[in-house]
Amino acid sequence: MKDTDIKRLLYTNLLCVFSIFLSIFIPSFFVDNFSVLEAHLTWLCICSASVTTVNLLSYLVVKPNVSSKRSSLSHKVTRALKCCVCFLMSCFLLHIIFVLYGAPLIELVLETFLFAVVLSTFTTVPCLCLLGPNLKAWLRVFSRNGVTSIWENSLQITTISSFTGAWLGAFPIPLDWERPWQVWPISCTLGATFGYVAGLVISPLWIYWNRKQLTYKNN
Amino acid sequence: MRLGSGAFAASCVAIEVIGVAIFIRGFFPAPVRSSARPEHDAETPAPEPVAGVRSNWTKLPPPLFSKVVIVLIDALRDDFVFGSKGVKYMPYTTYLVEKGASHSFVAEAKPPTVTMPRIKALMTGSLPGFVDVIRNLNSPVLLEDNVLRQAKAAGKRIIFYGDETWVKLFPKHFVEYDGTTSFFVSDYIEVDKNVTRHLDKVLKRGDWDVLILHYLGLDHIGHISGPNSPLIGHKLSEMDSVLMKIHTSLLSKDRETLLPSLLVLCGDHGMSETGSHGASSTEEVSTPLLLISSAFERKPGDIRHPKHVQQTDLAATLAIGLGLPIPKDSVGSLLFPVIEGKPMREQLRFLHLNTLQLSKLLQENVPSYEKDPGFEQFKMAEKLHGNWVKLHLEENHSDILLGLGTKVLRHYLGALKTLSLSLSTQVAQYDMYSMAVGTLIVLEVLALFLLSTPHVLCRKAELDVPLLSPVFSLLFYLVFLVLSAIHVLVCTSSESSCYLCSLSWLAVGAVMLLVSALFCAILSALIRMVIDSTLLKKNAADASSGWSEVNLLLLLGTVGHVLSLGASSFVEEEHQTWYFLINTLCLALSQETCRSYFLGDECEPQRHSHVEQQCVNLLACPLQDSTSYNTPESGTAGKRVSLLEAQGSCKWWTVLASPWLVLLCCRLLRSLNQTGVQGAHRPDFSHWLTSSDHKVQLSGLAALSLVVIFMLVQRRCSLVSKVALALGLLGVFCYRAAIGIVQFPWQSDNKGISKGIIEARFVYVFVLGILFTGTKDLLKAQVIATDFKTKTVGLWEMHSGLVLLAALLLRPHNLPVLAFSLLIQTVMTKFIWKPLRHDAAEITVMHYWFGQAFFYFQGNSNNIATIDISAGFVGLDTYMEVPATFLTVFGTYVGPVLWASHLVYFLSSEGNNSALSRSCFCYALICSVPVATYIVLVTSLRYHLFIWSVFSPKLLYEGMHLLITAAICAVFTATNQTRHRRA
Repeated sequence: MKDTDIKRLLYTNLLCVFSIFLSIFIPSFFVDNFSVLEAHLTWLCICSASVTTVNLLSYLVVKPNVSSKRSSLSHKVTRALKCCVCFLMSCFLLHIIFVLYGAPLIELVLETFLFAVVLSTFTTVPCLCLLGPNLKAWLRVFSRNGVTSIWENSLQITTISSFTGAWLGAFPIPLDWERPWQVWPISCTLGATFGYVAGLVISPLWIYWNRKQLTYKNN
Repeated sequence: MRLGSGAFAASCVAIEVIGVAIFIRGFFPAPVRSSARPEHDAETPAPEPVAGVRSNWTKLPPPLFSKVVIVLIDALRDDFVFGSKGVKYMPYTTYLVEKGASHSFVAEAKPPTVTMPRIKALMTGSLPGFVDVIRNLNSPVLLEDNVLRQAKAAGKRIIFYGDETWVKLFPKHFVEYDGTTSFFVSDYIEVDKNVTRHLDKVLKRGDWDVLILHYLGLDHIGHISGPNSPLIGHKLSEMDSVLMKIHTSLLSKDRETLLPSLLVLCGDHGMSETGSHGASSTEEVSTPLLLISSAFERKPGDIRHPKHVQQTDLAATLAIGLGLPIPKDSVGSLLFPVIEGKPMREQLRFLHLNTLQLSKLLQENVPSYEKDPGFEQFKMAEKLHGNWVKLHLEENHSDILLGLGTKVLRHYLGALKTLSLSLSTQVAQYDMYSMAVGTLIVLEVLALFLLSTPHVLCRKAELDVPLLSPVFSLLFYLVFLVLSAIHVLVCTSSESSCYLCSLSWLAVGAVMLLVSALFCAILSALIRMVIDSTLLKKNAADASSGWSEVNLLLLLGTVGHVLSLGASSFVEEEHQTWYFLINTLCLALSQETCRSYFLGDECEPQRHSHVEQQCVNLLACPLQDSTSYNTPESGTAGKRVSLLEAQGSCKWWTVLASPWLVLLCCRLLRSLNQTGVQGAHRPDFSHWLTSSDHKVQLSGLAALSLVVIFMLVQRRCSLVSKVALALGLLGVFCYRAAIGIVQFPWQSDNKGISKGIIEARFVYVFVLGILFTGTKDLLKAQVIATDFKTKTVGLWEMHSGLVLLAALLLRPHNLPVLAFSLLIQTVMTKFIWKPLRHDAAEITVMHYWFGQAFFYFQGNSNNIATIDISAGFVGLDTYMEVPATFLTVFGTYVGPVLWASHLVYFLSSEGNNSALSRSCFCYALICSVPVATYIVLVTSLRYHLFIWSVFSPKLLYEGMHLLITAAICAVFTATNQTRHRRA
């Protein structure tokens, strides 16, 4: 493993963090009185779009996965369509999980679905960019001792931290502090965002710290 | 002495129940209440004392005021009126305070400084305690004697506008009212306009005697932006203009009437520097109290400063001012400046009535009332009062009369102050000694549990209890002597009443014996742990490698739930905690099933053959075109499909789908009963089903649930039990039809409704029959040691009897809860616990979690109001205390009890010898940790704002749950004993 690979990983992750900050501050130049809490649905759309864009661009530029030898256009189109279908299925699956966790079934449907979209952006989009629509690769990466590169390790950490952040974000909802961020799904989306950012920052540091112990099968 | 871990756990939980009982007895103070009942409203007032002869003045003194207007501004702090903010924003009020015809006070509100207890304190003069909640069964109606009830009984007309809490506290007291909701904190404008818009109309009319206005806007501003917000100034100016309007109108009307009117400006509580309230800081308990009347005209140069009084003093003052009896439970003193302008005889009369009322209250609540200095002072004042009246009646106009009158006044005022203080301190005192002893017992049991955990879980399921060691005997006697000495010292030195001190010596000796024995047991366990430290290190290494995700989730969930008991919101919404943990558990189980079926084990030989096949394909690769590269991949996929088919595709899908099915069932159940505080206003299915328009749907759902219950339970019963179960469930439906909740399809609505006693007893016969059959099978299994199946069938029949009893006691709209509970038990048993081979500890914790979740699915909460009292009357024509208590407790704790009985059945059917003992130990441990932690939390939070409304009901629930846990552990131990004898 080389330090240059870890540095590239760090730069890519910092670029994702920067895109999230941009999604918070740039709309305030165009829209008066823009706030993450008051215009939460708008911010969810902007954040999801910016993170998806940065993920696509960064993985296209860095290309950590060069295993595909086919370069035909039809193959690429088929693969892209599969990725889109996987993303949509992931959104619907997360929406169902949120409803099973207690989210209202009839009220706040748009808010719940947008939260599912954002969480899918933080978790499924990096999986699709790095691993493609291959379920076996997904299961291998997220099983114990299944990663084969630092990119997959970072993917594992960010996905787990995003889900953990969303899970912990549900804790303030029963409290009676009556803050504006204590309603469904704002506290969960903020928790997921914090978890994702924390995972992006922690994973390069953790990989660098444990780079001697980490041995991958392909290396 | 070798003791099974099950018996050990049952003994420890029984001891813990004793500790919790002692703690609860010390935690709840005895109330300061009058024993007279409200029917004695026609009681004649006490006559004026006269030395030697009887006075001719036996009626209440005439009222001082013709009209009373109470302007209650929520969260009004004293410095908003008497400080710089008052000078700036309330100029009219400031003028009245400094120069006008008024008396101003700083009234201290006792915690909890929230609106409802403060309204009670203002109107009753008493200090609301938690025991009042038990007495009222959490009814919002104020049942105590209060000023408004007295005013209504005297025929006075009361009008109210403002916070709707008053309308709930005083139903049918107001001839005209308009309540505003205090739920929407963000509204601080409309909530006050709705009160002020009535003012012009009401002030023009003269057909009322008492007008009460409760403004909420200031409180809402405080919650939103704090006491230093610019909105506060605007609101205070608005309130000042309201006060000026009222006062001007009253002054113009005073010229037409003989008696003046009284305008009261007060706050129910203050607000802290963050704008909130409920605690006991100075800013929160200091409220202004301004009494404005033309009767309080000042002499030139008269400077009056605000005096410090108690909020409870207003009730006595209003009663005297309106010519009403003082409320019986009032601990307040008359505000003397109000009557200072009256003749001396009337002043003494007022003071005598107040002091006599307080002394009666003291007599009823304090056994040693005669030693109270206030009582002695009252007796002396009363005697002097009689002498004064005698002199007065002799038409003596000397200076002796004036001097004696002044002396009597001083004695009465001193007695009032001392009596009021004695009664107030009586309420606020905790019995710290009993609480300490109870906490000590509970913590000792918890320490014993925790020290024994590695021994029970990692090794055998039995414990060595060294009882006859001479060193421990000596230590035992020493500790016992020390504790007895401490007890004697505490009881002889403390002046307040103490529960443990009032117990007999035998009982106290038993308690001290228990504490000493527990202490020695803890020491022996600690010593054994030190001796076995090397073995513990080995076990720790094994345990750390053995931790799976489900184990980690169960441990973190338990710890998280215990920690969440320290927050009042999490206690109010504890059902959300359990729903959240159950959902996370289902997702973790789903992940575990996916991994076990998709990934398999890396050591599998098929992986090796797969690699070999890959090599073969790679060897053949140069000979073919690159387009055929997919051939090995498709071959691998085909092999995987065939592999899955070999394991049985039907079971594969059901195992993967069962956690999601459980999740779906839990989601449906939480929509059935809306519980907790935050969601109290939302509709749920149970309200929809129990309305009279949907009786057909309720009948269909109840019948379907009963059929599902029968199908799920009957498959493992014997034939006789099947018939009894079917007839019993049919009897349940007939019982509900008899009392008119559900109906048969052919039945008309005009059929008479009976109590359903015959039908309920019919079901009771079958419940007892099934339980008897199960007990018979268990005893048979005990005699015939080799018959393993009979024991399993017996346990299942016991479970079936409990299910039938639960079906009878639950309300019809809660029968789906029972059906889903049995369905989830079946699904988890068949597709999760058996295939994944969880161990006894994991299964125990999962059963406990589901039991707690189903407790809340039933509609229960940590509020006493949600207890279903009607379960105690099923099948009884008169109230019988013991059966009603048992049925109510069982009806409330159906979820935990049924899941515990299923746990006993499941572990017995698995055939593992030590699983049941370890499970009993785990169950006791997981129930003991929240109780012990909660007792420490409640002790440290005993002056918290929500100690009585949130934490105290939860304490009662924890105590009751621990009692049920003790019974469950006893059943575990009995079942395990039969197994032990067979072995």
